[in-house]
Parts: sequence; C-alpha cells; structure tokens
Amino acid sequence: MITYLFYFLSFLAIMFALMVVLSKNPIHSVLYLVLTFFAIAGHYVLLNAQFLAAVHIIVYAGAIMVLFLFVIMLLNLNKETEPHKSIWLKASAAVASGLLLLVLVGSLRNAELITAANPYNPSIGLIENLGQTLFHEFLLPFEVASILLLGAMVGAVMLGKKNIK
Amino acid sequence: MSAIQTIPINWYLLLSVVLFTIGVLGVLFRRNAIIIFMSVELMLNAVNLLLVAFSSYLSDSKGQVFVFFIMAVAAAEVAVGLAILMSVYRNSKSTDINDLSRLKG
Repeated sequence: MITYLFYFLSFLAIMFALMVVLSKNPIHSVLYLVLTFFAIAGHYVLLNAQFLAAVHIIVYAGAIMVLFLFVIMLLNLNKETEPHKSIWLKASAAVASGLLLLVLVGSLRNAELITAANPYNPSIGLIENLGQTLFHEFLLPFEVASILLLGAMVGAVMLGKKNIK
Repeated sequence: MSAIQTIPINWYLLLSVVLFTIGVLGVLFRRNAIIIFMSVELMLNAVNLLLVAFSSYLSDSKGQVFVFFIMAVAAAEVAVGLAILMSVYRNSKSTDINDLSRLKG
C-alpha cells in the first residue's frame, strides 16, 4: 500500500517537474510547479514529517508561487513572448543533464544502506520536537535568519523603487 | 506503519537525484529568467526532500530544522531575485537572459 503510494507520488513529482521545464507557457510552468510541490508535500507526510508538509504547502504553494504568478502576470509573459534556444543548445542541455544524472546515479548506486533507526521514533516530525530542537540547538541561526529576511525585504523594496537617488 | 519501515532510503536518493537533474535541465534548457528561477526552486526542493528522508530514517530532527532554514533562504532569494528581474524588465522589456550579456565589460 505504502509502496504504491510512494510510486504514485514519485511519478507525479517527476512528471510535473518535467512539465515545468518543457511547457511553453510560463503560467503553465508555475501551475505545474505548484503540483510538484504538492507531490513533495505528500512525500513529507509519508516520511512522518507532518508539520513540515504543512509549512511546505503554506510557504511554497501559498507564498512563493503566488509571487511568481504575480510577476509573470504583471510582465504579461505568455507563449508568444517566450524566448527559445536553438535546437543544438537544447540537445546539448539534455545531453549534459543526462550525463549528470548518470554520474550521480552511478556514484550513489553502491552507497551503504541505512536502515531505520532502532528504536524508531515516529514523533520527530511533530511540532513539539521540532520546536525543542529549533529553540535549543539552533537559536543563533534562527535569529540570523530573521536578519536575512529583514535584509531581503529592504533589498526588494529598494530594487522595486523607480529612481534611487 | 510508515514509509520508513517499508521503503529503502535508496529510492528517496534516486527520486531526489532525478528531481535535482530536472532542475539542472531547466536551467540549461530555458532562456526565460523566471523559468530558470523556478528550476532553482526545484533543485532546492530535491535537496529538502533528501534532508527530510535522512532525518526520518535516522530519527534525528536536526535535518528537518535545517529544511526550515533552507525555506527561509529560498523565500529571501525569490523576493530579491524577482525584484532584480522586475528592474531588468523595466530597462530591456524582456526577461530573456541573453539580453543580460551586455553586463560583460
């Protein structure tokens, strides 16, 4: 049952990811990317990371993808304005990424197998455990992340202004 | 009963590698800068998936906390990147990365 669910979600994730790259219309690409993120969130649920699945859907599908969609609609990009590479560049891109896949799969094929930790703790993905880890061991990185977000916000506003004196 | 007991970690490794390669393909294949951004997001998500898989298999919540930080960095990156793209579009009226070649000295 779980195995079939894994197959199904992996198939969806890979197919939608390919559609992101191959579809002609940028709006379709964004919508396929949202579907890919939903498939990945399904994988998180399978892996007992329920809180992370919820955060993933809220942050990626809810916030980041809406930002992408907003920019694409603001710039009025569609199938006609879409620039295309020549067929040779496309073929070489496909060959290069195929070779990368070959190298990565070949190097990971004989990787040592890890089995699930024993005793296995099914509650590490719950918000209580994550909060304990985040606010005890990762308190300083958490604060630094807030500075990063502030910097990004100020930077985006400055870049968005018409004339910077 | 969860995926951890029935599915070997190698399958998650393979899935993440395939998703990451699709992201690389997108960066090489397309000329629209927004699609290239989306492919970078795809690569980040492949890595996130692998971090969550390892954290679940090893019963260690540090990996999942790391995914939070990656999400925060991705959100910051997208906000600044799309702002840069908007100002590029204001100057050159397109999001084609070939138009950025005049940044060469």
